[in-house]
Amino acid sequence: MEMKPSIQMEPKIDYDNFTSIRNQLKKEQRSLFIKRFLSNRSVVIGGSILLVLIIFAIVGPMVSKYTPLEIDPVNRLQGPSAEHWFGTDNFGRDLFSRVAHGAQVSLGVGLSVAFLTAVIGLFVGLYAAYYSILDHIFMRICDALMAFPDILLAVAIMAVLGPRPVNVIIAVTIVKIPVVARIVRSSALVVKEQTYVEAMKTLGASSWRIIWFHTVPNALSPMIVQVTYIFAIAIILEASLSFLGVGIPAPNPSWGNILYDGKTVIYSAWWMTVFPGLFIILAVLGLNIFGDGLRDLLDPKSHKAINKQ
Amino acid sequence: MVGEHLLEVKNLKTTFLTEMGSVVAVDGMSLHVDYGETLGLVGESGCGKSVTAESIMRLLDERTTKYEGEILFKGQDLLSLPEKKMVDIRGNEIAMIFQDAMTSLNPVYTIGNQIVETILTHQKVSKKEAYEKAIEMLRLTGIPSPEKRILEYPHEISGGMRQRVMIAMALSCKPSLLIADEPTTALDVTIQAQILDVINELKKELNMGVIMITHDLGVVAEVCTRVAVMYLGQVIEEAPVDNIFTNSLHPYTKGLLKSIPKIEGDRNKKLYTIEGIVPSLHNIPKGCRFAPRCSFADEQCRTQSPVLKETDGGHKVRCWHYEKIGQMEEKIDVTATS
Repeated sequence: MEMKPSIQMEPKIDYDNFTSIRNQLKKEQRSLFIKRFLSNRSVVIGGSILLVLIIFAIVGPMVSKYTPLEIDPVNRLQGPSAEHWFGTDNFGRDLFSRVAHGAQVSLGVGLSVAFLTAVIGLFVGLYAAYYSILDHIFMRICDALMAFPDILLAVAIMAVLGPRPVNVIIAVTIVKIPVVARIVRSSALVVKEQTYVEAMKTLGASSWRIIWFHTVPNALSPMIVQVTYIFAIAIILEASLSFLGVGIPAPNPSWGNILYDGKTVIYSAWWMTVFPGLFIILAVLGLNIFGDGLRDLLDPKSHKAINKQ
Repeated sequence: MVGEHLLEVKNLKTTFLTEMGSVVAVDGMSLHVDYGETLGLVGESGCGKSVTAESIMRLLDERTTKYEGEILFKGQDLLSLPEKKMVDIRGNEIAMIFQDAMTSLNPVYTIGNQIVETILTHQKVSKKEAYEKAIEMLRLTGIPSPEKRILEYPHEISGGMRQRVMIAMALSCKPSLLIADEPTTALDVTIQAQILDVINELKKELNMGVIMITHDLGVVAEVCTRVAVMYLGQVIEEAPVDNIFTNSLHPYTKGLLKSIPKIEGDRNKKLYTIEGIVPSLHNIPKGCRFAPRCSFADEQCRTQSPVLKETDGGHKVRCWHYEKIGQMEEKIDVTATS
């Protein structure tokens, strides 16, 4: 029988060689992933838009000659010019500077919300999937939260917490946690029933190990995609809250409260609504395109053949 | 056999608490396994083979499952152990391999990672030693060039290879009991034979006890030393493997054996089947559970449940009339040959 186990003829394991093979394999996999990443048009386009916005948020405040809070009553509501690229607002503040600082605030809120909902949603979703008591508690709370329209719930939370930038992040995070938690829970429930999870249990893996080392990697992709969408939604929600006057408190700029300031003068000073509006559209569009691309990228079934040359 | 068994299940009763009431999936199960012995657990789908295995490992969700009886492993009752102790036993002392080799490995980790993880869970060795051990185990299961395979992901290797990897993983901590839940069902016949060989060889090498769950009597004949036949959550016959094939006593076992197609003989003849279907566990017949499908059943069978009685030489049977049935068949055989 060819398959008889035989210990005698076993060659010595060349450990250095072994590690080098492993490293090379890892390298190959990494380069393949980058190739796949770059060959996905949505990811490249969405990613570029995002990159441009991030660069704008960092570089914009540095290149603008004015601070966002500097009032100049003489030059109120000036149109775009060489001096004020995006014009000035009703207090004579430089709109370019305000939009650039607003980009920091809006993207910052979006990113924080995306990160926080991902972390908390992951915890809640995973433990709800594995422990039925927690499942009942968490999911009923999620039901309750999801019963409210997003904006209404966010306004209510802001009303309780008071208008501070941190509170905007908290409010939007609370509103969006149920979405992530549900998605993580549903994919964790699928993974939980897989034979390899049972096999790991028979091999003595603790439930902690099964949850974090065997469920998470298999349940992560849908969550990552959802979180990019939440990033976009968070930007819109922040803008809406600020527009309603319960978000980022004046005089600090955010895309939303610049829009609010521009609302009253929309007929005489179009630039006050167009520029922040444009940036909101760009950010949300970029994120959504990026999310779509990411979804295709992370779904192994949709991988196109890529020549490995 | 005298002395302590490796595993002794005494009167195990596993009850599932479902929304439609409780269902007794395994009822009054008793069996034992010794070192270096393979016990075959046979029976049709849904008769409780896998539930028995899962009860021994305590894999079932304890909020919806009730265990009664005793499962003595090396003299220690597994059912009364806290879950923490159980985690140490799983994989280290008792290991299990599954029917579906295609899905029993985690797709996101390399084979090496998964075996090493198991080794590191139970043994205090360095990562390097664990890798060496993993390669060693893969070689023992007959995987060619294991130092390359260990870097691959489960989707890169075939089903037979994956089952070998599962076996390597299960045996990496040298358990004393291996539960193989239909390990060859999903594989083709050549690979089946190889996998069974591997299990047999490693059984001898590690002197472990094996519970082989299967519905393939061919597998039983090849690897088992003793066989327990299950029907509807009960053991109805238990005997050394030769006795089962030459001298089975229970009408159900006889029926199973008769329904195997034979190579010699009339090919136009219809295959023998056991009449009727397995009753649902919600609706277990009174008396002998096999009575509704048994051609020998009488009033006693329908009202009183028989017990598992030892006849001779470790042969046990759960039937009221096995002696009578044996005599009747002898007569038929005599008249048929004369």
